[in-house]
Amino acid sequence: MNKILLIGNPNVGKSVIFSRLTGVNVIASNYPGTTVGFTKGILRHAGKRIEVIDVPGTYSLDPSSRAEEVAVQMLDDIKKDKDAIIINVIDATNLERNLHLTLQLIKRRIPMIALLNFWDECKHTGVSINVEKLQQELDVPIFTTCGITGEGIKHLVDSLEQAKVSSLKFKDENIWNEIGHIIDKTQQLSHRHHTLWERLGDASIHPVAGIPIAIIVLALSFYIIRLIGESIIGYVMEPLFDKLWTPVLMKLSALLGGSGFFHDILLGKLINGSIEYVESLGLLSTGLFVPLGMVLPYIISFYLVLSFVEDSGYLPRLGVLIDKVMHKLGIHGLAIIPMLLGIGCNVPGAMATRVLETRRERFIAATLMAIAIPCMAQIAMIFGLVGSYGVGAIAIVFGTLFIVWIILGLIMNSFTKGESPEIFIEIPPYRFPYIPGLIKKVWMRILWFLKEAVPFVIVGVLVVNILYFSGIIQFLGKLSAPLIRGIFGLPEGAVGALIIGFLRKDVAVGMLIPLGLSKSQMIISSVVLTMYFPCIATFAVLLKELGIKDMLKSAGIMLISTVVVGGVLNLIL
Amino acid sequence: MDRISIIDLKKGERAVIVSHHGGRLFERRMSSLGLRSHAVIKKISSQLFHGPVTIQVGNSQVALGHGMARRIYVERINNE
Repeated sequence: MNKILLIGNPNVGKSVIFSRLTGVNVIASNYPGTTVGFTKGILRHAGKRIEVIDVPGTYSLDPSSRAEEVAVQMLDDIKKDKDAIIINVIDATNLERNLHLTLQLIKRRIPMIALLNFWDECKHTGVSINVEKLQQELDVPIFTTCGITGEGIKHLVDSLEQAKVSSLKFKDENIWNEIGHIIDKTQQLSHRHHTLWERLGDASIHPVAGIPIAIIVLALSFYIIRLIGESIIGYVMEPLFDKLWTPVLMKLSALLGGSGFFHDILLGKLINGSIEYVESLGLLSTGLFVPLGMVLPYIISFYLVLSFVEDSGYLPRLGVLIDKVMHKLGIHGLAIIPMLLGIGCNVPGAMATRVLETRRERFIAATLMAIAIPCMAQIAMIFGLVGSYGVGAIAIVFGTLFIVWIILGLIMNSFTKGESPEIFIEIPPYRFPYIPGLIKKVWMRILWFLKEAVPFVIVGVLVVNILYFSGIIQFLGKLSAPLIRGIFGLPEGAVGALIIGFLRKDVAVGMLIPLGLSKSQMIISSVVLTMYFPCIATFAVLLKELGIKDMLKSAGIMLISTVVVGGVLNLIL
Repeated sequence: MDRISIIDLKKGERAVIVSHHGGRLFERRMSSLGLRSHAVIKKISSQLFHGPVTIQVGNSQVALGHGMARRIYVERINNE
């Protein structure tokens, strides 16, 4: 055996099992469709290297979404591989529905093991399963596990060789009869009272009570994000930079003679004889302060809150509540997931559009997200810089983007060809997030940000310097003056921010400071910078997800709507 | 017994699914989440203005669009 495919229904805990087997960290959340691509890892056991693949969840082998297609494709691929086995992960609290996939897998005649995951939850959900009998009925080895605590994993790893092709036979059209027959013999349900979580679950999906609950959850989330973010900036990052880093930079500045090419590249221009972290534009000043001092605190607080909400199981319920409104924009309620992930970073947001079934929905969702959802890095900069003009200015920026999101959705819904199907989703039970798991997830996302963002910020700052020194920015400024000055009412220098915005939008927002913009110019440029084009990392993912033709269309929509919205703002502000 | 659609069920009512209207593909798709014929369901909620309907089936909850729910026929189970 050299390959294991982890396959099962969505939200049964495959990703947690995968992490346990391979030590490779993957994002796991409490909603169907967290894993949209596949992840590979290596399990080392008894001197062997076994490749383990975490397959996106699928309810059946007749796929109805892109993520499910990926799953079926992978199953077809390993058919030729004699040394591959399947581990079918089953949610033990939901045996009947999970067995539908299990029986379809059995028909594929690939050696298989079944795992009853969430075994610990069976007790308080009133489910009792006779594992031995189930093993006889299915004729494959069965193990019980609890992915989160790791219980049962070692036993599984020691028993991988027992995987076998089942001798169970049934006709396809009788699959549900067969399942009913197996369930009757192996499972007993006992009555139990509703838990507090379940009552809360019912209230949060209630057509009337659900709406104030949603408003409270969202308002509280934003309040906590702001609170934690500003606290880290004010109490940790700014003191660190001011007290420890500034003296180092000032010494270096004196050493380099206070000005000149290398001085300006490394430290940036001194402003009134001192380093200004946002305006100086040096690699060691702005290049470090923007990602670490201004953006990272918000990344940490955003992902803490998002991960908590994700793991609780609230997001699918929010999706159901706002489904009707989202349909007016040509997408269904679940599209809230790519939108919320996009607030963290547009890259995972673009990938999460795969939870949507049709090409049309994915096109609309991806375009809306790329245009109207600024990422946390950019939001942090807008909070920091536009905030100095008052909360009203921030409200106009986000209010405008929200209106753009709605209007553009309405327009795209009436022009985009294809179908937008109705929502159809399993609502997971509420769970109190498992804190060590949550912290690990936040940590992974922060590391990912540092790896992705810091190099780009530094390259961005370097490019700015080169463009200024060589006079290219001044030249492009003159060239684009009719658009920048004529339509948006911005100074020509703003073209530099638009160029750098392609690399990093947070640096681009920072570049607006030395331009000495008025309040309305600051608002317009923040909106334009969000809308005109995605950053290069998002662009690459969108190109892959949408294909070149749809990406061109999407880019066209972005540019046209930016010109219109920027122009209108310039007229009315 | 009257055949009604899931839409006509009241909140908290239990019923048995008797048939699907919408072809085999529709039936298969519903079945994959457990909404198959003979399954016992309980309506949890439905959103206003013909929004999605949430129902309990087995140990899980499923939300489905109004148009889908309308095409699944059920028979009420009289509560004990």
